[in-house]
Amino acid sequence: MEGLTLSDAEQKYYSDLFSYCDIESTKKVAANGRVLELFRAAQLPNDVVLQIMELCGATRLGYFGRSQFYIALKLVAVAQSGFPLRVESINTVKDLPLPRFVASKNEQESRHAASYSSDSENQGSYSGVIPPPPGRGQVKKGSVSHDTVQPRTSADQQEPASPVVSPQQSPPTSPHTWRKHSRHPSGGNSERPLAGPGPFWSPFGEAQSGSSAGDTVWSGHSPPPPQETWVSFADTPPTSTLLTMHPASVQDQTTVRTVASATTANEIRRQSSSYDDPWKITDEQRQYYVNQFKTIQPDLNGFIPGSAAKEFFTKSKLPILELSHIWELSDFDKDGALTLDEFCAAFHLVVARKNGYDLPEKLPESLMPKLIDLEDSADVGDQPGEVGYSGSPAEAPPSKSPSMPSLNQTWPELNQSSEDTAIVHPVPIRMTPSKIHMQEMELKRTGSDHTNPTSPLLVKPSDLSEESKINSSVKFASGNTVDGYSSSDSFTSDPEQIGNNVTHQRSHSGTSPDNTAPPPPPPRPQPSHSRSSSLDMNRTFAVTTGQQQAGVVAHPPAVPPRPQPSQAPGPIVHRPVDADGLITHTSTSPQQIPEQPNFADFSQFEVFAASNVNEEQDDEAEKHPEVLPVEKASDPASSLRVAKTDSKIEEKTAASVPANVSKGTTPLAPPPKPVRRRLKSEDELRPEVDEHTQKTGVLAAVLASQPSIPRSVGKDKKAIQASIRRNKETNTVLARLNSELQQQLKDVLEERISLEVQLEQLRPFSHL
Amino acid sequence: MAVCVAVIAKENYPLYIRSIPTENELKFHYMVHTSLDVVDEKISAMGKALVDQRELYLGLLYPTEDYKVYGYVTNSKVKFVMVVDSSNTALRDNEIRSMFRKLHNSYTDVMCNPFYNPGDRIQSRAFDSMVTSMMIQVLSRAPCCRAGEALWA
Repeated sequence: MEGLTLSDAEQKYYSDLFSYCDIESTKKVAANGRVLELFRAAQLPNDVVLQIMELCGATRLGYFGRSQFYIALKLVAVAQSGFPLRVESINTVKDLPLPRFVASKNEQESRHAASYSSDSENQGSYSGVIPPPPGRGQVKKGSVSHDTVQPRTSADQQEPASPVVSPQQSPPTSPHTWRKHSRHPSGGNSERPLAGPGPFWSPFGEAQSGSSAGDTVWSGHSPPPPQETWVSFADTPPTSTLLTMHPASVQDQTTVRTVASATTANEIRRQSSSYDDPWKITDEQRQYYVNQFKTIQPDLNGFIPGSAAKEFFTKSKLPILELSHIWELSDFDKDGALTLDEFCAAFHLVVARKNGYDLPEKLPESLMPKLIDLEDSADVGDQPGEVGYSGSPAEAPPSKSPSMPSLNQTWPELNQSSEDTAIVHPVPIRMTPSKIHMQEMELKRTGSDHTNPTSPLLVKPSDLSEESKINSSVKFASGNTVDGYSSSDSFTSDPEQIGNNVTHQRSHSGTSPDNTAPPPPPPRPQPSHSRSSSLDMNRTFAVTTGQQQAGVVAHPPAVPPRPQPSQAPGPIVHRPVDADGLITHTSTSPQQIPEQPNFADFSQFEVFAASNVNEEQDDEAEKHPEVLPVEKASDPASSLRVAKTDSKIEEKTAASVPANVSKGTTPLAPPPKPVRRRLKSEDELRPEVDEHTQKTGVLAAVLASQPSIPRSVGKDKKAIQASIRRNKETNTVLARLNSELQQQLKDVLEERISLEVQLEQLRPFSHL
Repeated sequence: MAVCVAVIAKENYPLYIRSIPTENELKFHYMVHTSLDVVDEKISAMGKALVDQRELYLGLLYPTEDYKVYGYVTNSKVKFVMVVDSSNTALRDNEIRSMFRKLHNSYTDVMCNPFYNPGDRIQSRAFDSMVTSMMIQVLSRAPCCRAGEALWA
């Protein structure tokens, strides 16, 4: 290489550049990034740069020594000046302007350039700063790497090096000087030094300022400059992508969690652009809706009642008419409440409407509620309503409006809840099977005699219902009844068992009385001890069989009877209490009995100890109505029957009463009415009506089985004692029955309460 | 075919009334109004019995030369009145009953809507579409229906 003569300015400039490029201060500048960037900044075509490098011998050496570097720079200047690149031109070209290195496209750089050009002072200071050797360079970050210089080497050297030398301290000056220099290539020397490094500095300065924000610088550049270099830059691509993503991510994040239209509008717009279905709910939206749902209804499987939903959506300030339409669309199962899916659909529609989308006429597919469960997705829309409904039966009634569908839906709940209590709505329905069963049982048990008595029993559905209830409660207190029908069936079977049990109990007790009293009615009556049924049956048996009745009559004293629910329990209760008292009771009861017309039957029943069984059945039926009017006030518990059912029962029982009466009267005619004990026990019985009803049945059965219960005082002491014993036994049985009945009573009362509540809910609408 | 369908509130003011053809609307309005008397009469006739026992479908309220008026009342004393063209003899009682049932169901759905205040005019689009379908359907069934021409307003 020929010697390179550089002017002072060039010398200085070149040395600075070299220093800049010489990161490692090894006096050798490899073809590192800075050099490349520098050359790139020279805004020379690639081939020219290559040529320069070749000429300067760098390729030969493999690195840029100081001389090579200087030569390269010189050649750059030559090339920039438009002179052909020739080795000779290095020295031949006179007054070559300093090689110009375009600053990075940074705005900062341009700003700096502008400032530099306008700042002369900086130049001065700049010049002062220039001399100091290399070292300083750090600042220049990406400044050199300008798109103009095509990267010859790998792009990994993009890192804008800024080993700016001294001048960096006064960045502002550089661009200025640089500019000036470019304009006045042969400007004064004083400026030269400044100008020389000017262009170089400017990038440094800018780099300096931008170094800290190198990434941002890069990123800032990325969008505007469609330069390949940017793309090749290792840093830029990520940043650029970041940038490009940034606006998108910003949008995502700004999909506001409020009903704010702007964000949701973006969401929706993006949705519509990205999806074919504009009504699809994104996950973010869905999450937001779910959160809003939770604020109203913490249970995700629950419902939002219509009123709460109304308040919530009214806040969106949409006109009521549109909200009404949205509701119509979204309340898929038309139950007056919103499940989670329905709520999301409604919310989505509200959001869409607020953003200017028109409401569809039909609910879009994507908004159809799939299932109550967010996880499930197999079910169809209508199912969620039902599923949800059944899933939250507890809240269903209050939340649903008393529309027909909801009404229908509420019923199942009642059925479910009233499982344990036999008292369900379809009382009469249940009854029939039980009646039939009981009939059959009776038939089996007793034979032809039973048929007659059983038939009348069947006539009284109410009785049976009562009985079945009682049966269920008594017998299967442990909750046998799963549903009405099954329970009735079980009743029928159970009564048998109960009857058997009772019969057993009674049988032995009955044996003794046989000896003393006239053939007491065989314990049969208890074919189904289950109280109600057994009672009736027993009663009928007693009625039909005179013998039985006679026997029963013989025992009247012991059994206080049934005549009235109040009465019947009374005597029964009394019996265990006081054997003597019983006797006395019995004596008095007969007198009391006749006073009550309704108790006509009862009195008769009373008479027949055995007829107690029948009485029980009838008594219960009759007692119910009688009890109702008599004891309703006094004994709320007696209102086993719910108000609604009571009337029916009363009617039925009333109807049955006469039948019973008739039945009872005929057979009862012969038996005297010694058993007036009932009356006396009336008062006592009243409070115990409930128990009595059941107990009376049991008592009747027991009594029936205790033919020994002597009705008259005139019995032998033995007989009396025997009867007392029997009575005590009966008492224990009755006590047990009592407890069971009480339990059932509680259940029934609860049932009643729930029914009344529902009635209340329905009532307002009926008033409309 | 139902040329006019009206929903009357308990206080005897209309919640919804729509008829086709639209030009003779006033005539239909008068007919509905006069039919209210008949409805009240029918209700009171069976008033002694429990409300539950009273049938909701009242049947033919009164026939006129061109039209027949049918009535239906709910337990909450909301009355549905339907004016049917007499020329459409194909309409059986069962069909009228089913139409009233549909009306009742749609009305119930409207009531379920929490944004609907009882006593307001019914502006539900679903209800409108149901009534429309009923009118059209009735029309389609009776080819000789006069209203067919005016259809679908």
